Amino acid sequence: MKRGLSILLTGIIMTSVALSGCSGAKKADSNVIKIGVFEPMTGANAAGGALEVEGIKLANKLYPEVLGKKVELVIEDNKSDKVEAANAANRLVNKEKVNAIIGSWGSSLSMAAGDIVKKAKVPTVGASCTNPLVTQGNDYYFRVCFIDPFQGTVMANYAATKLNAKKAAIIKEVSNDYAVGLAKFFTDSFKSLTGDQNCIVEDSKYNTGDQDFTAQLTNIKAKNPDVIFAPGNFTESALIIKQARQLGIKAPIIGGDTWETDEFLKIGGAAVEGATFSTFFATEKPITEESKKFLDAYKAEYKKDPAAVTALGYDAYIMILDAIKRANSGDGEKIRNEMAKTKDFQGAAGVITLDENRNAVKNAVIKIVKDGKFTYLDTIEPKK
Amino acid sequence: MSFDIFLQHLTNGISLGSLYALIAIGYTMVYGILRLINFAHGDIFMMATYFAFYGVITFGVPWYIVFPIVILLTASLGMTLEVAAYRPLRNAPKISIMISAIGASFLLENLAIVIFGGVNKAFPTPEVFTGVVQLGPVSLQKLTFYIPIITVIFLVALLYLINHTKTGMAMRAVSKDHETAGVMGIDVNKTISITFGIGSALAAIGALMWGLKFPQIYPLMGVMPGLKCFIAAVIGGIGNIKGAVLGGFILGVGEIMLVAFLPSDYTGYRDAFAFILLIVVLLFRPTGIMGEKISEKV
Repeated sequence: MKRGLSILLTGIIMTSVALSGCSGAKKADSNVIKIGVFEPMTGANAAGGALEVEGIKLANKLYPEVLGKKVELVIEDNKSDKVEAANAANRLVNKEKVNAIIGSWGSSLSMAAGDIVKKAKVPTVGASCTNPLVTQGNDYYFRVCFIDPFQGTVMANYAATKLNAKKAAIIKEVSNDYAVGLAKFFTDSFKSLTGDQNCIVEDSKYNTGDQDFTAQLTNIKAKNPDVIFAPGNFTESALIIKQARQLGIKAPIIGGDTWETDEFLKIGGAAVEGATFSTFFATEKPITEESKKFLDAYKAEYKKDPAAVTALGYDAYIMILDAIKRANSGDGEKIRNEMAKTKDFQGAAGVITLDENRNAVKNAVIKIVKDGKFTYLDTIEPKK
Repeated sequence: MSFDIFLQHLTNGISLGSLYALIAIGYTMVYGILRLINFAHGDIFMMATYFAFYGVITFGVPWYIVFPIVILLTASLGMTLEVAAYRPLRNAPKISIMISAIGASFLLENLAIVIFGGVNKAFPTPEVFTGVVQLGPVSLQKLTFYIPIITVIFLVALLYLINHTKTGMAMRAVSKDHETAGVMGIDVNKTISITFGIGSALAAIGALMWGLKFPQIYPLMGVMPGLKCFIAAVIGGIGNIKGAVLGGFILGVGEIMLVAFLPSDYTGYRDAFAFILLIVVLLFRPTGIMGEKISEKV
C-alpha cells in the first residue's frame, strides 16, 4: 500500500517536472523548423564529428524545406567532453528551442544528453552512436545505426571463422562506454563461438588521451594471441596499432566503426595496413536509390568518397524530415510518435526499420585497410 | 614474466622516461630562475609540433631543415610570451604572474583550436627516426636510442652553461635576487629572455621527439605531457636540472612497470600513479629528491 502510494507520488512529481520542462520549450519562430546538431567539432573525436556534420549539411542542402518551411541547422560543438555535451544539448533545447536534434558521434557524449532531450521532449536521432544504453529507456532517443551487441558478434564471428582465431586479446579504452560495451559483447560472443572460457588471454585497458601503450602491448605480446580486438577512438587505436607493429606483434588487429576516418590512415601509416573493422556502409555497395543520390551529391561537393558515418548523418536528417512530414507539425511529441513508426525507410546507408527500442535493424559491413584505403570485405546480415 | 618481456618493458620505460626528462628540464629551468611555474610550457610544446607539421607536410620542406627552424621559432615564441605576459608583472605578487601563466596557457590552446582546427593531425615520421631495430628479443624504435642521448647532451650543455659561463652566472644571480642583480649591472630582462628562449627551445626539442614517437598532434596535446613533466620536475626537486632528469626517468619507468606488473584490470589507472607518486614524494621530501637547499638552484 505504502509502496503504491510512493510510486504514485513519484509519478506525479516526474510528470510535473516533465511538464514544466515542456512549457519552457515554446517555439520561438514558427516559420522555421530548427534542427539542432550536437557533435564534437574539437577534441579527440573532432574528426568523427566533422564527418557526420558533412552528411547533415549535405542533406540540408538537398532537402532544405519541410511542410513549406525552411529547415535551419543549429550546430553546437560538444568538445568531445561529456559535460560539454550536456551543455550543448541544454543550449539547443532551452535557448535555441529546436524541433529535433541530431547527435552525437560517440556513445558517451550521446548519453550525456539523454535526460535533457527526454525531459524537454525533443526527438533526438543518433547517427553512429552504437552503445545500447543511448536509446534504452529513453522514448525520445532514436538512431539510424545498428547497436553494439550486433557489432560485437559480427567481429567475434569474423575472428573465429574467417581468421580461425582460438585466442584473442583485448585492449580497450576504459573511459569510453562504446569501447567497454563493444569489448563485452565481443567477449561473450567469442567465448560461445570457441567454446573456451579462457579464450580471452589478456584484457588490457587504457585511458582516453593516452599516447603510450607499449606496456599493455608488451603484456599482450607475451600471451601470443591469434587476434587483437581494440575497440576505441581512431586516434588512440592508430597509435596502438603502430606501436604493436613496432614491438613486433604480428597478430591481426580488429576493431569497430570508429576507425573509419582519414586520420586513422594518416596517423597509422603503413602500420594500419590489414586493420579490419565493422561499419555501416560501403560506397562500393550502394543499397538504395537514396544511396546513389547521396554518393553523387557528396562526390560533387567534397571530391572524395564519403565515410559510413557521413551517410548516417545524412540519414538522421532525412529520417527526421520524414517524421515531421508525417506528423504534419513541428511538435516534439507528435514527431516522436511518427518517428517511432519508421519502417522500411530508404536511407543512404541502407533501409531503416526501427525496433521497439528505437534502434535501426540493418546489415553490417566489414572493411579492411588495403593499400592505404578502406576496402569492402563482407556484408553481415542481422539475425532475424 | 620472462626476462625477455621484462627487458622490453624496461626499454619502453627508459624511452618514455627520457622523453619526460627532456621536457622537464625546460620546466625546471624557468622555475629555477624566475620562481615561476610556467604553465604555458606544455602549450609552447604543442605549438612546436604544429610548426613542424606545417613545415614538413604543408610546405613540403625536408625535416632536417624544418626542425632547426621550429626550434628557433618556438624559442622566439617563448621569449615573446615572456615579454607580453610575464615581464609587466615582474614586481607584482607571485600569484598574479602564475595566473597570467595559466591565462597564457589557455590563450595558446584556444588560439591553436581556432588557427589549426580541433581535428587531430598526423605528425611526419621520417624513417631515420621511426625505423624499428631488433636487438635479440627486444624491438626498438631507432628513436629510443636518440632520445636518451639527446637528453644527456642537453643536460651536460645546460650544466656547463649555467656553471661555467658569464650568461650562466647572470642567470644564477638573477635567480637569487633579481633587484640586486640589476643594481650590480646585470641586464635582468635580457637574462630572463635568454632563459625563456632556452627553456622554449628545449620544449621544442622535446615536442619534436614526442611527435615522432606518438605521431598525432592536436591543440590540447600539451596538457598531459605538461602536467607529467611538471610532476617529474617536482619529484626530482624543482629548480634542479639533474633532479628533473631523474624525476623524468622515475616517472616513465614507473608508469610502464605499473602497467606491466599490475593485473590488467588496473592498467587504466597509470596516470593516477604519477599523481600518487607526486603526493608521496611531497609528503616525505617536500623539496623533491634532489631539491636540497645546498644543491645549485639554476
